[in-house]
Amino acid sequence: MIAHLIAERCTNCAACVAACPALVFDPGEAQPVIARADACQTCYLCELACSEDALYVAPESDSHAAPPVAQLLAAGLIGRIRADSGWNDPLDGGQLDDYRLLGPLLGAGVDIATQRYVARHARD
Amino acid sequence: MSVTKTDVLVIGGGMAAAWAAIAAAEAGARVVVVDKGVMGTSGVTATGGPGHWWVDPAERRNAIARQTAKAEGLGDPAWMERILDLTWRHLPTIAPFYPFGSDGRGGMYINGVRGPEYMRALRAFATARGAEIRDHHPALELIADRDGRVVGARGQTLRDGQPWEVRSGAVVLATGGAAFRSGLIGSHDCTGEGHLMAVEAGANVSGMEFSISYSLSPAWASTRTLPFTGARFYDADGREIDISPPRTGHVHYQDLGRAMLAGTVYADLIDAPRELPPILRRIQPLTVAAFERRGIDLFRDRFPVRLFGEGTVRGSGGIDLVDDTCGTGVPGLYAAGDAATRELVAGASSGGGAVNSAWALSSGRIAGAAAAAQARRDRAYDGSSRALGRAGLRPDGAERDINTAALIRRAGEAVHDYDKAFWRRESTLAASARVLDDDWRLIAAHGHATGRARLELRAAAAVVATARWVIASARERRETRGMHYRDDAQTADPAQAHRLLSGGSDDVWVRPAAPAKGEVAA
Repeated sequence: MIAHLIAERCTNCAACVAACPALVFDPGEAQPVIARADACQTCYLCELACSEDALYVAPESDSHAAPPVAQLLAAGLIGRIRADSGWNDPLDGGQLDDYRLLGPLLGAGVDIATQRYVARHARD
Repeated sequence: MSVTKTDVLVIGGGMAAAWAAIAAAEAGARVVVVDKGVMGTSGVTATGGPGHWWVDPAERRNAIARQTAKAEGLGDPAWMERILDLTWRHLPTIAPFYPFGSDGRGGMYINGVRGPEYMRALRAFATARGAEIRDHHPALELIADRDGRVVGARGQTLRDGQPWEVRSGAVVLATGGAAFRSGLIGSHDCTGEGHLMAVEAGANVSGMEFSISYSLSPAWASTRTLPFTGARFYDADGREIDISPPRTGHVHYQDLGRAMLAGTVYADLIDAPRELPPILRRIQPLTVAAFERRGIDLFRDRFPVRLFGEGTVRGSGGIDLVDDTCGTGVPGLYAAGDAATRELVAGASSGGGAVNSAWALSSGRIAGAAAAAQARRDRAYDGSSRALGRAGLRPDGAERDINTAALIRRAGEAVHDYDKAFWRRESTLAASARVLDDDWRLIAAHGHATGRARLELRAAAAVVATARWVIASARERRETRGMHYRDDAQTADPAQAHRLLSGGSDDVWVRPAAPAKGEVAA
C-alpha cells in the first residue's frame, strides 16, 4: 500500500495521478495528495511512472506501515523498481534482454520439484 | 449528461481492449475507449508478463493437434488456427512502442512481453492510431434501441461521479475475466460487469465452470510466480509437507489446499534454479520488491504462502460468442479477451498464459474490425434509447442500505474457498447457490446507491451474478473435465463433451450448447 510521497523530490508532474487505476492520488497545489490510500492495490505502477523517484509503496497489500524515508533511501529501496525495470534507460537499453529466460527458468523450477518428488518417493 | 457520438465504443483497458481499439481504428472507425481504471496500468496484464501462444507457421498443424487434445473435446481447431495466425502477424507490430529484448541468438524475443511495458506500448499504439482513451470512466450499463440493438453505454466518472453516455454504431466488451476480488495482483477491477451487461442485453455466458485456477504467492501480497515453481513447503512446526509437484496440476493444488486448510503453510526457494537469483530482478522487478521491502531474503528465508484465486481470468469461461466475428448474438455487441469464453481455443483446460494472451490479441482484433465494419452500416444512433442495467441501479422494491463488502466476500468464498473449489460436490455447490440467490435478490430488490458507492454496488451485483453462473454451471457438469473437478464424479463422461451455456438474472439457467458450429472462416 502506498506509504510515502516525498515532497522534496516531487515536481508535481502528476504522472502518478494519471497512472493510478484506483485514483489513489488527487491533484494538489504543491504536489499530489494521497487521498485514498485504502484503494491502493499495491501494484507498484505509480513508482514506475514517477521519474523523480518520489514514491514508495509498502509491500503488504493491507498496510501502509513503512520505515522512514531516510532509512529507505539509505537502503537503496527508493526508486529501485524503476531502476530494475530499466525505465531510467533509453528504450533500446537492453532492459528486456534477460526476459526470454522467464519461461525456461519457470520450467526449470517445475523440473526440480518433479525430480525432488520422484527421488523422495523412490526412497519410501 | 455528457453525450459523445462515435463509431466504436470499447469498454475495458487491458490488452484485448487495446487491440480492439487498434484494429477498429485501422479499419477507419472513430474509436472511444472507456476504462474503469487506466489503460496501461489496469488489469492483470499490466502487472504481469504475458507469453503468447507463438508457433512458427510450419509447426502450426502439430501445435493445433496438441491443443485440441488438451481442450478435452471442447476446442475448435479452426479458431486455434485463426489466433495463431493473427498473433504471429500482429504481435511484432508493437515494435515501435515496445523495447523487445534479445532472443540470445542475434534476433528479437517476441512472444513473451513484460506487462508494464506491454500495456504502455499498447496505449501508445492505440493513441497513435487515433483512438480516444478515457481513463477513470467506469461503464455501468449498456443502452439499446427499441429493437434491442446495443447503441452505446452509460457510466459515471470515477473522480467526481459525473454521468456520461457514449453512443456508437457498435460496442466491444473487453472488460476482463472475473476474479471475485481474490486479491490476485491486478484483478481488483475484474469484477464481471461486462458479463452482467452482456446478459442484461440478451447474451449468454459459456463455460463458467472452468474457473478453478490459482497462483501461489507470499501470504501478504499476490505477485507473479516465476520464483515459486521449485518451492519446498513446510507446516507451522517446520516439518516439510509432501506436495505433489506442479506438473500434477489439480492434485498439486489439492495438496496445497489441504495443507492450507490445516494451517499456515510456509515455503522456501532454496532449490530454485541457480541461474535465477542473480537475474530475477531484471525479469520480474515487482516480485523482488514484495520480499526485499519486508527484509526477507527470497532465496534463503522461509515465508508464509497462500493461493490466490484466478477465477475466469486464467479459467476459460466467459461471454458466449455465436459467430466468427466475436459477436455475442446481440446486434451491435461484441466481446473479446478474458471477458469472452476461451473454450474455443482452450476448451476445458486453463488458457492461462500463452493461449489466453494470443486469444486476447486475436479476439480483440477480430471484434474491433467487425465492430468497425458494423459501424459503417449503423451510424451512432440518434433515436430514443433505453438503459438496460437493473441490479444495483434500478431496484424493484424499496431502497435499502446494502453491505457490498459482505456480498462480494461471500461470492468469492463460494467460488474460491479451497474446500469448495478443489473438491466440488453437489451438496456444497447447492449450499453456495442458496447463499448467492439470496444475495442476488437483495441487490435486485433493494440495491441503490449514489456517488462512488454506486460503482461498488454495481460491481457487487456483477460479482454475485458471475458467481451464480459459475456455481450453476459447476452443478450441471456432473463429471470431471479439464480444470473442473467433481469430487462426486471424478472421471470424464463422454456424454457431457459439450459446452454449457448459462445466463439469466433472477432465474439462472444452464443448458448444453448446440453441437460444434463447424468451420469458421480463417
